[in-house]
Amino acid sequence: MRMNSYYLKRTVRAVLTVWIVITITFGMIRLLPGGPLEQLRGKLLRQGVSPSRVNAMIESYQNVQPNQSILEQYYEYMTALLTGDLGQSFLQKEPVTAIIGDALPWTVFVMVMSTLLIFVIAIGWGALMAYWEGSTFDLVSSSASILFAAVPFYVLGIVLIIVFGYQLELLPTGHRLSPTVEPGLSLLFVLDAIDHAILPITSMVLTGAGLQVLAMRGNAIQVLGSDFVRVARLRGLSDRRISVRYVARNAILPMYTGFLTLIGFNLGGSIILEEVFSYPGIGYYMFQALEARDYPLMMGIFLIITVALVMAVYIADLTYGLIDPRVKSGDSREAY
Amino acid sequence: MKPTDSTSDADTGQPTVVSDGPEDTFSFETSGSTVEVTWSDRLQDFYEEFIYKPGLVAWDDRRTRIGAVIMFVYLLMGIPGAWFYPAPSTNQVKRGLGPFETLDAPLGSTGSGEDVLGMVIHATPEMLIMVVSGGIFATSVAVLIGTVAGYKGGAVDRALTSFSDVAMSIPGLPLVMVLAVVFRPRDPVLIGVLLTINYWAGLGRSIRSQVLTLREESYVEAARTMGVSTPRILLKDVIPNLMPFVLVNFANAARYVVFASVGLYYLGVLPSSVDNWGIQLENAYSQEGALVGGDALYQLIAPMIAIMGIALGLILLAQGLDRVFNPRVRTRLAGESEATAENEDRETNTEVNI
Repeated sequence: MRMNSYYLKRTVRAVLTVWIVITITFGMIRLLPGGPLEQLRGKLLRQGVSPSRVNAMIESYQNVQPNQSILEQYYEYMTALLTGDLGQSFLQKEPVTAIIGDALPWTVFVMVMSTLLIFVIAIGWGALMAYWEGSTFDLVSSSASILFAAVPFYVLGIVLIIVFGYQLELLPTGHRLSPTVEPGLSLLFVLDAIDHAILPITSMVLTGAGLQVLAMRGNAIQVLGSDFVRVARLRGLSDRRISVRYVARNAILPMYTGFLTLIGFNLGGSIILEEVFSYPGIGYYMFQALEARDYPLMMGIFLIITVALVMAVYIADLTYGLIDPRVKSGDSREAY
Repeated sequence: MKPTDSTSDADTGQPTVVSDGPEDTFSFETSGSTVEVTWSDRLQDFYEEFIYKPGLVAWDDRRTRIGAVIMFVYLLMGIPGAWFYPAPSTNQVKRGLGPFETLDAPLGSTGSGEDVLGMVIHATPEMLIMVVSGGIFATSVAVLIGTVAGYKGGAVDRALTSFSDVAMSIPGLPLVMVLAVVFRPRDPVLIGVLLTINYWAGLGRSIRSQVLTLREESYVEAARTMGVSTPRILLKDVIPNLMPFVLVNFANAARYVVFASVGLYYLGVLPSSVDNWGIQLENAYSQEGALVGGDALYQLIAPMIAIMGIALGLILLAQGLDRVFNPRVRTRLAGESEATAENEDRETNTEVNI
């Protein structure tokens, strides 16, 4: 019963967060100065298009009618969003939802793959480092982790493009597919997609894994030193059982929340990554929209990334109790 | 010898009290003992507890030493370097010089005759200002919200936690980009703040959870029963104990500012009115043909090394400072000779390895 009320509260909070962000987005659109719509309006008026028709066109782009009161505009904006209408992209001359629908799977593919790989590497490598703590392997790995963490992913991306794309000509320097390959359920398509995603994923994984490896190492060392592990050894349990059932489980637990939130965080980083690799995912389009002041597209993608982040944290919070039964959720009591 | 024994009679000269860090000694003063404590005594104590001892522990760590040296180099580059070294301008040297050809442009020159080293050096001051302002903004907002939420609990906690949850849910980089487009900030202090506009949220959350345990400590309870006001307790008893953690996260926030600012300058989202390694990268990458020929590769490498160097320094500092967290290491090192300290280090290691 208590758990149920926690789930309910958490759900309400997630919805509330999304609503607040939508409201902020609405406010930002209103505050944004000038932009292409104003330019477009001026151009159309000069061409002799009637003002009411210009307003109608602007409205279709932005979901906003300029002569309404701010509350009415807000209401229209919210209802449009609820029906899944994010407006019309000014730049691409397409509905924003269509652009996002086309681009989002690619970004999700790259980011989920990178984050998964980061955590697989972090857990495996970090555990080994903790197990052989103080050895040369540990020292070299720690130093390498710190060194890789000092490289921004876009810098590594540029290096990879130059080396593997232009110098060795082994891998494509950009785009999500070769021009000749059609999306479909064919082996060629899958291989081509992977071929194009290798460099972006590599640059994310190598630069992102360093600090996670060190975190896992720290966790594992802490668990290795705890009493219950010592007792397990005294009981004569096998090394394998201890390392999997006792150490790994407890060391991985604290990283679980980090894993889900990192996916959301990386979605934000996709703007730089996809621009460096000219990889047309949502980050790429968001940057294009920023450059061209295409506010509907910009805000639509902004909302999508936000919702993804909120969902990631929400899922992490809800499922953490299932993974770690020791966690009891409850309010912090009133004090002082 | 067990490490726990070593903390007695280490530095306070009070064998009966097993001191475990600044908590004991510090709460003695705030609780106002009958002995009058002068300002200079307090300053002296503050220096001992919060600067000298943590500094000693931090310095004992190789990572901190290397990190500090790296940051010192950047300070040199940023302050006297940018002062004395000539600023880059077009056609100041011959165009397209390679690295290590002349002393006028030790790292070569760009296609428009700008000194590459000069560009790297003159980007440093703004970067340092951004890093410091962003770090201070992120950590101070996080400390303020985290401590108040954690200490007060109840409705205040719920309100502040919800606020930081919302801030945390907004994706940082896209938000910063939108704001950068709207405001076109030029002032490095402002850019630093803008970049960390919601970075504090996650940090505030972890500070809150630390305060949740700190507020149950006996010395905090003692202060409370004596009627010390909440702001004073937070300032005197709670925040000092968070300082190592805050410092570590200052370095992390600073690294984030470096990565984000260079990335945004690279994309051209921030106005290119100042020198920045990101702008340099962008120029070299797109205009100088660093991609195709490989002749202009050195122009890419110089700013890359600058970025990675400052990030490396900050990470090493953060990793090394992390050890200050451990009060056992702190008192031991401050009180005893290096040799025994190292012995014990090894001892704890083997203990862990069993």
